[in-house]
Amino acid sequence: MIEIRFHGRGGQGAVTSAELLALAAIWEGKYAQAFPSFGPERRGAPVVAFCRISDEPIRIRANIYEPDIVVVLDASLLKIVNVASGLKPNGIIVTTSKDSPEKVKESLKVKNRVGVVNAAKIAMEVLGLPITNTTMLGSVVKASDLVKKESFIPPFKERFGRIADKNISAFERAYQETVVIQ
Amino acid sequence: MAKRVGMEVSIAAAEAVKQANVDVISAYPITPQTHIVEHLSEIVANGEMDAEFFCVESEHSAMSICIGSEATGARSFTCTSAQGLALMAEMTYIASGLRLPILMIVANRTLSAPLSIWNDHSDAMMIRDCGWVQYFVENGQEVYDHVFISYRLGEDRNVLFPVIINMDGFVLSHVIEPIELIEQEKIDQFLPPYQPLYQLHPDQPITMGAFALPAIFAETKKAQEMALRASMGKILEVWKAFGDMTGRYYQPVETYRAEDAETLLLTMGSIGETASVAVDQMREEGRSVGLVKIRLWRPFPFEALKQATLHAKNLVVIDRAVSVGGPGGPVASEVKAAIYGEPIRPSVYNFAAGISGRDVTPFDFIKMVDKAEIEIEEGNKEGFEIYGVRE
Repeated sequence: MIEIRFHGRGGQGAVTSAELLALAAIWEGKYAQAFPSFGPERRGAPVVAFCRISDEPIRIRANIYEPDIVVVLDASLLKIVNVASGLKPNGIIVTTSKDSPEKVKESLKVKNRVGVVNAAKIAMEVLGLPITNTTMLGSVVKASDLVKKESFIPPFKERFGRIADKNISAFERAYQETVVIQ
Repeated sequence: MAKRVGMEVSIAAAEAVKQANVDVISAYPITPQTHIVEHLSEIVANGEMDAEFFCVESEHSAMSICIGSEATGARSFTCTSAQGLALMAEMTYIASGLRLPILMIVANRTLSAPLSIWNDHSDAMMIRDCGWVQYFVENGQEVYDHVFISYRLGEDRNVLFPVIINMDGFVLSHVIEPIELIEQEKIDQFLPPYQPLYQLHPDQPITMGAFALPAIFAETKKAQEMALRASMGKILEVWKAFGDMTGRYYQPVETYRAEDAETLLLTMGSIGETASVAVDQMREEGRSVGLVKIRLWRPFPFEALKQATLHAKNLVVIDRAVSVGGPGGPVASEVKAAIYGEPIRPSVYNFAAGISGRDVTPFDFIKMVDKAEIEIEEGNKEGFEIYGVRE
């Protein structure tokens, strides 16, 4: 079982990101679960969302404390939240940032694999909005191979309707532009 | 086997209500039940579902409308949580007293104060004695399945009781997971249209729930008590029929690696799944631990519970509510009552855990088993504590 924790700010789509990842995994026949950090919605505040993916039915319903993958949707969180908290030694951090992966890795003081993409820039250019949820999923797939790229197309189409294509483009661009370092 | 579809559990619940051909939905939105009624109001407004959707001003009215519509023979549905259920409580006793097979989903949430929207079972325990059939489900699939099971059961002329599906708020209601949907033709076969025994109709007037003097009330209460207990046979029968259709067989009490276990955890609701992970971890360490899960809360499955637990030395009951000033947790009280008359029975150690959304991890279950085994060994055989409280 792979456990993924998403860090974002309320309204940025961390929950949607976790949900789409689970839906894509279920679509390709895996078992998956996605849920928010339960509670009132707080626009702009740091929030987390969770996703589990497994080949077997998932029985655990607790929060994720020792993730395999951490996804960060907002670069400002890297400075104010300990996003690497509990990350497994062989875990991966995937984040949006203007900086190089080397610089991000150094500032986080981790030995983990780090994937970096400027998702905010891609989202502004492709979607015209600073919402990085679908963009960062492209980056997650590049850094982890967790779910096939094409498995996201049906859930994107169902969730976004006529703006699905733009989100697929943002996803694809992030997949291409993500740089991963060991 | 049907394909698994990823969806939020609340949406699956609403889809089941649609597939069950419900005629009347009446509800008032309250967190964490909201997504169920939002989705239902959408699909009724879109014309995808041929039902009357009543937006009411309170939960008391929501249940009152269900009582009225069900009495005319319309299949009726509502759902609520916590304070909403509290406001509705008065009418829940009317529904069962009138033997109206309404279905209600309760997305379980803490009763305030302090104000809290998170999950525990304090709301369900408040109306424990309301005379409805009551289950606690473990996952989204069980919520979906039990919508069909509940109507077929409740509407059976040998049952005629309203039914509550308790599903943990947020922990189930706000989670996306795979659900196996059932084809409509199969559901239509399993759940034929409602044929009420008596119904309110202007052409053939009858009175329901008329005034009862002391000379008759005790008899009506005994009739209700006997009928709810007697529904056990029908509950097993409907679960069997559902299992034959889908391959998913349900039982009032289920066990996991429990047969030879010296210590048993006992849970009700969605934490049972997490507890089973803890049992696997303890078994790997060579410990003799198993799990018993109560699915059917009313009528209480006394015999099944005895069969599942009497062989054990220690029974660690995890409650999700506290009977303040009373004996501890309501589930442990029931369990103790069930095994009290047995010459050989386990010691019952009781924790209230996951109070108002406090996370319960596999590690927490292991800690509770550790603590209970030590306490019982040291002679504190019937202890109660609220787990994980910072002091």
